[in-house]
Amino acid sequence: MEAVLLGLVLMLSIFLGFELISKVPATLHTPLMSGANAISGITIVGALISAGAEINEYATLLGALAVMFAAVNVVGGYLVTNRMLSMFKKKENDQPGARK
Amino acid sequence: MSIELINIWYVVAAALFVFGLKQLGSPATAVRGNMLSSLGMLIAVAATLFNSEIVSFQWIVIAALIGGLVGAVVAQKIAMTSMPEMVALFNGSGGIASLLVGWAALYSGDTSTFTDITILVSVVIGGITFSGSILAWGKLSEVMNSAAIVFGAQRFVNAMILIALIGCGVMFCQDPSVDSPYLYGVIVLSLVFGVMAVLPIGGADMPVVISLLNSYSGLAACAAGFAINNNILIVAGSMVGAAGIILTNIMCKAMNRSLGNVLFSGFGAVKQASKVEGEVKPINTEDAFLILEAAQSVSFVPGYGMAVAQAQHVVRELGEMLEANGAEVTYAIHPVAGRMPGHMNVLLAEANVPYDQLVEMEDINPRIDNVDVAVVIGANDVVNPAARNDENSPIYGMPIINVDQARTVFVLKRSMASGFSGVDNPLFFGENTRMLFGDAKDSISSVVAEFKT
Repeated sequence: MEAVLLGLVLMLSIFLGFELISKVPATLHTPLMSGANAISGITIVGALISAGAEINEYATLLGALAVMFAAVNVVGGYLVTNRMLSMFKKKENDQPGARK
Repeated sequence: MSIELINIWYVVAAALFVFGLKQLGSPATAVRGNMLSSLGMLIAVAATLFNSEIVSFQWIVIAALIGGLVGAVVAQKIAMTSMPEMVALFNGSGGIASLLVGWAALYSGDTSTFTDITILVSVVIGGITFSGSILAWGKLSEVMNSAAIVFGAQRFVNAMILIALIGCGVMFCQDPSVDSPYLYGVIVLSLVFGVMAVLPIGGADMPVVISLLNSYSGLAACAAGFAINNNILIVAGSMVGAAGIILTNIMCKAMNRSLGNVLFSGFGAVKQASKVEGEVKPINTEDAFLILEAAQSVSFVPGYGMAVAQAQHVVRELGEMLEANGAEVTYAIHPVAGRMPGHMNVLLAEANVPYDQLVEMEDINPRIDNVDVAVVIGANDVVNPAARNDENSPIYGMPIINVDQARTVFVLKRSMASGFSGVDNPLFFGENTRMLFGDAKDSISSVVAEFKT
């Protein structure tokens, strides 16, 4: 039953992902990709549990390595997305009375 | 915190990811969207740290500090032109993390066959994502030859690897244990398969690979979620997986090729284009300046060559001068220009081009015949009229920006060698085409200098 429920969650999330992304303008494809990539670093949640659960030293080592790589993915991914997005500016955006 | 309470926080995190992705869809809200999504990640991580299974924090802190520091430094230092290879590296690190999470899950003692299979899936997808991304990084940063590498028995070798991979997986499930030799077999074979999968894809097809690997990194996290029975991994991972597939699909459509065609056949290996011959009409910067000065409407069409020449800043400078001169200036960007989806948009945004001047192919093509001068900077295939006219051309059928229908076309080109995909371009011999030979940055700088005098 558990597997069926997880499968349902999987299916709904895939549809949600399709709906969310399908209308993004080409201008934002790169930030979208790196932003989505940062979200895929969610695997850090699993890594944290392996690294901290003290099952044995191999599991801890694997978990700690996973935490490290996932942290690169998460922190780097969000920061670089933010850096890119802050460069996208509308024309005469910061001037008073700018035409929209 | 009880596991139920943690799960409630996971629901909050998932909702923030959804809102974050939604707001990433418009330039006006994208910065906030990214913030929301990172807040979701923070909540998910913080809630996890309260999990009662976690008894020791020593390694977590050390590993997270190292990883976070590396990520932060790289993200701040990297040049915008190197963005494609960096996205590839981040994809790779997500992939290897999912592989390790799956592997470590074997130690948790849950030995149902379903769990074993999901562990294998996360190891396989994670491994493919990791080695594939490293190879993509190598190709994009030109550490290695970036062209497609195709050899005769490739499909046979790949099929053998795949069969061996499945064989090892089945053997592992018969007797799952952490030191099963078949586990190591699966890990090694999936790493090898990732390399083999990216080898035959090169050059102008790289945007497809990058978005596909992006999708894989999400699917790997999703599989790891099944392996450790964690909802947030499944939800977030599969959304990323779906997003990557959509981007991949957009890229394939923009090249009029199926995904299978991109993945399995090296570019241009199939057909030989009709030979184009003719005379090119070179132009010097003074004449180019005179024509541009008289133009009412100018459209820049950038390609990967603009990134290589680092010409985006002088292009923007020229664009501003033309505007001050009364011309309407647009930047027409083909969906697959550059080496990753949206590559040119990021470079021009970096150079302070406002995003409302960036127009897509579908918007510029209907009014291209009203454009006085189309300036092609380091683009080749995406403006090649052979895609419309020549049925023998390997890119026949690919939608292009019809610059040849503009009143005048300037093509900035280093020399008369053929483009990246080795396809001849009849545009260069067009009646209204003028070739401006030399480094794109130098050429545009001298036109700008003419404007200043």
